[in-house]
Amino acid sequence: MNINFDKIWPYLPQFGQGVLVTLQLAALSAIGGTILGFALSLGGRQGSPVKWLVKGFVDFFRGTPLLIQLAFFHFGLPQITGWIPDLMTSTLIVFSCNSGAYLSEILRAGIESIDKGQIEAAHALGVKSFDITINIILPQALRNVLPAIMNEFITLVKETSVVSIIGLSDVMRKTSLIASATYRYFEPYLITMIIYLTLNIILSFIGKKLEKALRYD
Amino acid sequence: MIKLIHVSKKFKETVVLKNVSIEFEPEKTYAIIGSSGAGKSTLLRCINLLEIPTTGSVIVDDIDLIKDKAKLSTVREKIGMVFQNFNLFAHMTALHNVMFALIKVKKLSNEEAQIQAIKYLTEVGLQNRLNNYPHQLSGGEKQRVAIARALAMKPIAMLFDEPTSALDPEMTQEVLKVIKKLNHIGMTNIIVTHEIKFAQEVADYIIFMDNAEILEVTPTQLFFSQPKSQRAAEFLFNMI
Ligand SMILES: Nc1ncnc2c1ncn2[C@@H]1O[C@H](COP(=O)(O)OP(=O)(O)O)[C@@H](O)[C@H]1O
Ligand SMILES: [Mg+2]
Repeated sequence: MNINFDKIWPYLPQFGQGVLVTLQLAALSAIGGTILGFALSLGGRQGSPVKWLVKGFVDFFRGTPLLIQLAFFHFGLPQITGWIPDLMTSTLIVFSCNSGAYLSEILRAGIESIDKGQIEAAHALGVKSFDITINIILPQALRNVLPAIMNEFITLVKETSVVSIIGLSDVMRKTSLIASATYRYFEPYLITMIIYLTLNIILSFIGKKLEKALRYD
Repeated sequence: MIKLIHVSKKFKETVVLKNVSIEFEPEKTYAIIGSSGAGKSTLLRCINLLEIPTTGSVIVDDIDLIKDKAKLSTVREKIGMVFQNFNLFAHMTALHNVMFALIKVKKLSNEEAQIQAIKYLTEVGLQNRLNNYPHQLSGGEKQRVAIARALAMKPIAMLFDEPTSALDPEMTQEVLKVIKKLNHIGMTNIIVTHEIKFAQEVADYIIFMDNAEILEVTPTQLFFSQPKSQRAAEFLFNMI
């Protein structure tokens, strides 16, 4: 059988560097996406102009391929704006917007799932809208859609691999480089797959723990 | 003191309240009765502006709530409301349901809010259920938490919208018992109910509504012996 890891071991640190980039990218995009997702989901509940802007934004980022968004933002836009962002910056912006768009839709569904009676009861007690949003709506909405949110994070981790195509040194790109340097393909890609799988199993595990912690019924 | 002046409410084309005027005397108890769809809930919800009247004014303690929107939450704070479906905060224990507005609206400290909440939950007989979530409580218990939550704000008036309609007969009695204790202790109580016997027992006045209008506001004794309106007479006849 033609399997031989001996040539791959020396490259282990390279895998490590790639994983760090992937993790950094996924974590920062998840944070950016979550903040944006919250803002968009609340914006979508506002009056006319804001609502339509949000809808346009969400439709754009959900309706076009991520790879094209990346290429357009990183290679296309500088031609117009003259500002050439570094690769990491472009990637973070595009990934945050993209996952923000998906997360906002998930959160919106969560917000709509909350029964209006509780909100009315809070109004009747004299509670301000801001406190109702933060203390009544969001905790319950989050609880209801946590599995969907974790799903989105898992998708995000996997999708970060497309950045290798535009040249960011994530674990996927490192793997391709290792493969061409060693002429071995099976082993490096197997290792990388196991790395992604492990990351996502850990994420799932955290998700289950969180779900338990937020449980009230 | 609560006053509705020429209040009308339309949902799209449907007229749900037609030029309703009424003044609630302080510290009295009013029962609103009438057939389903008459506009009873809408009238009640106009008092704390959960529904905004299409025309007319709502005056609470000399504040015109429609003109003076900034005062709205200050006034809502003074008017408690109890709903048919309880509307407890599902992610909070009974204790925290009561504490929430005390902290956010009355700005009490956590400790002070907790003391107050326990006091009011004890008053409705739920001292053993403080740390239970709504889904762990029976319907009657949920409604008593809701009553404690409203009472803890020390309101000048309480609005009840069919507080026992979602309950079986036994729980209905346990909740009615709690509401009876609130009678004539210094608050105005306005109760929409189908429990005619209960209305007869607690109310000083009966407000009879039909078809988007108040047909009469009559002292309870008189209403049950000699209703002024033909519709009320028919309604009572059908109840027996
Ligand atoms: N939000 C709403 N939108 C449209 N119609 C409504 C709404 N709320 C109440 N209605 C209508 O107004 C009428 C009176 O309702 P309601 O005040 O709930 O009556 P009641 O409490 O006496 O049964 C009903 O015909 C009802 O269908
Ligand atoms: Mg009703």
